[in-house]
Amino acid sequence: MGEAIVVTSGKGGVGKTTTSANLGTALAMLGQKVCMVDTDIGLRNLDVVMGLENRIVYDLIDVAEGRCRVNQALIKDKRFDELYMLPAAQTKDKNDISPEQVRQIIESLKPDFDYIIIDCPAGIEQGFRNAIAGASQAIVVTTPENAAVRDADRVIGLLEKSNFPSPKLVINRIRPGLVRSGDMLEVDDICQVLAIDLIGIVPDDESVIKAAHSGEPTVMNVNSRAAIAYRNIARRILGETVPLAHLDEKSGMFSKVKKFLGMG
Amino acid sequence: MTGKTIITIKGVKEGLVFLLDDQCDFVELLDELSAKLDKHVQQFNGPIVHIFIKLGARQLNEEDKERIKAIFRKQGNLLIQSIESDPPEVDPDAKEVPQLHTMIGMVRSGQTVEYDGHMLLIGDVNPGGTIRCSGDVYVLGALRGSVHAGTQGNEEAIIAASLMRPTQLRIADVISRPPDEWTSAEPWMEYAFLREGKMAIDKLTSLGRQRKEVMLFKGV
Repeated sequence: MGEAIVVTSGKGGVGKTTTSANLGTALAMLGQKVCMVDTDIGLRNLDVVMGLENRIVYDLIDVAEGRCRVNQALIKDKRFDELYMLPAAQTKDKNDISPEQVRQIIESLKPDFDYIIIDCPAGIEQGFRNAIAGASQAIVVTTPENAAVRDADRVIGLLEKSNFPSPKLVINRIRPGLVRSGDMLEVDDICQVLAIDLIGIVPDDESVIKAAHSGEPTVMNVNSRAAIAYRNIARRILGETVPLAHLDEKSGMFSKVKKFLGMG
Repeated sequence: MTGKTIITIKGVKEGLVFLLDDQCDFVELLDELSAKLDKHVQQFNGPIVHIFIKLGARQLNEEDKERIKAIFRKQGNLLIQSIESDPPEVDPDAKEVPQLHTMIGMVRSGQTVEYDGHMLLIGDVNPGGTIRCSGDVYVLGALRGSVHAGTQGNEEAIIAASLMRPTQLRIADVISRPPDEWTSAEPWMEYAFLREGKMAIDKLTSLGRQRKEVMLFKGV
């Protein structure tokens, strides 16, 4: 039986879909059988980020309404044999499916996969309730901004109320330079406020933007620091103990050397 | 209980009213009642007499009421119509010393905790989280959200926290927004209170100077 993990944040634009795509891909790279489910009905993005948009035939609503079987709606990734995704519908909205329907679909996927990554829409309304319905574990994504941390806190409260005993935290888009100069929240401060387990920190990295543009998950880029961070999160999900990379020191050294050489 | 009658019998139109003392021991009361009924056994021997029992401030459960009824039942002609207590008095002291409610956990963004009385929270109040209490609020943790103490207008209410970094504090009708009005960067525990209608912050150890009436510990 697979484990269903919902990726959520409350606030929009903090990197839920990017995190879902990269964690799904990273887990597949580590030999797991993974299915990513996009529950952002009406605003589907996961297929675009994965570069699979043109392969969609059926979607989540088609499955829910019985127009097709789950297996018919699954799209096999073009890079990994063990990676699949179930796309959201683009024409309907969040109220066209119920949490119970989502839960049933996720349950029907569990026997065939090791991990099911559920990409949650922004907000805390019906879309959020749909997305968390089938999951047993949650990853909360935030960025080092006050607004994102507030929303993450709100979502953690809702998750705790919905019996997610220990959601995990991913802090996305950290810019070590800004943190050092005191213009960005520090990882420790965020963890103190949110008081949940940190499962990964992802540096702000141009390669993520480039990857999303080309429809190739960042995690496949061997030189990207964000990719390393995502791979580490995937390894932690699998139960490995991977120490957090000290972004600050490393980037500090690199950028100093780069600046010294006139590259920065 | 010598010299003071703990049972008074009054005759009224409908029957007899037994006024039972509400201060004495209940067992003593029962003994006295038996004794009294036995003594006047002749008097109570005759046609059916309706009995009204007034317990005063004493509150009895069903079992104890049954014990009283049993005593009366020994006399054949006494029929109990009612056993009444005064409605429980609202203790005037109870209002001055509200209950302290202890809660363990975090008050996260969007969550509100309300309580009528004092509140001790063991945990943090995060930005966007709110505690509203008619009495004092003590936070054994970081206060980063907002707290309203003395919601019913009690200007004596205080807000204490291990780490005082609130978004907004309210005591009674006074609203205060740090850091516009005051700042706190102190590592020690602090409390907020109203000084001449304005919010003020002091170290928690100074609370004794303000709260003279509350069980002040002066050492031995």
